[in-house]
Amino acid sequence: MLWTTPVSVELYRIDDRLIHGQVVVGWGKPLGAEFIALVDDEVAASDWEQDLYRMGVPPEMDVYFDSIESAVARLPDYVADQRRGILLTGDIETMRDLASRSGMIEYVNIGGVHHRPGRHERLRYVFLTPQEEEQLREIAHGGVEVSAQDVPSAAPIPLEEVLASRGSA
Amino acid sequence: MSSIRAIVIAHAKLAQALVSAVDVIAGRGSEFRALSNEGLGAADVAATLKAALDETGAQVVFTDLPAGSCTLAARRLLRDRPGLRVVVGVNLPMLLDYALRETPGGADVATAAERGRESIRVVDDASVR
Repeated sequence: MLWTTPVSVELYRIDDRLIHGQVVVGWGKPLGAEFIALVDDEVAASDWEQDLYRMGVPPEMDVYFDSIESAVARLPDYVADQRRGILLTGDIETMRDLASRSGMIEYVNIGGVHHRPGRHERLRYVFLTPQEEEQLREIAHGGVEVSAQDVPSAAPIPLEEVLASRGSA
Repeated sequence: MSSIRAIVIAHAKLAQALVSAVDVIAGRGSEFRALSNEGLGAADVAATLKAALDETGAQVVFTDLPAGSCTLAARRLLRDRPGLRVVVGVNLPMLLDYALRETPGGADVATAAERGRESIRVVDDASVR
């Protein structure tokens, strides 16, 4: 569970804005997060993108950039880190791959998957294609607790409720 | 080209509210285009901002949070727009100063940013004794 397990990665979050206000301020402050691991193949391959994301983060917060490949290898180090951290992916597929390949993720937070053609609204901040819904089910079938929660003060909404929702929740 | 000199892009309805306040105070709200990131993924925030810059010809963007998606979108666009200037940490005194000042050479952006910074004070009972 997010608030009770004493692991240093406090939040595994799917958020298509990656590093932004809700993550750095909304979650980072109350969690006392001192590092962010951003897992995205495209960002991991671009120094320019990495500079862009690093520039917005307060100096006391470290940011690490990983491809899926390197994240699978480094996840044990992140979990063993003495500091609290947040692991971010920009899409559901990346989180699914990371969860299934590492076997180390117990809880996944759907933080923001915004509107795009082909996606249907499930919550105000969660729009999904049928394929993405299936990927979320695959994560859950692997024994991972999956829920949607944009900010810490909101109640987490379990995956089945998200998928049953018809939007504007 | 439109009379819009700058884009204000921020979370929720903040930009609209700031521009509306500039209009109430100084009657110069029409110098700004207000945008929100509400409901948009990172790519769409950038696309919305790009479209507004293209349409208005504005060369200045005010954003709210340093780590926010609005600021990130603006910084992303800097790569292809060398003349663009982005001011992070927008507040009302800053926008008012920018609206009421137009300096050749674009020094008005730096001045407005400085005014915005200077306007932040902590007032306590010691300061009114």
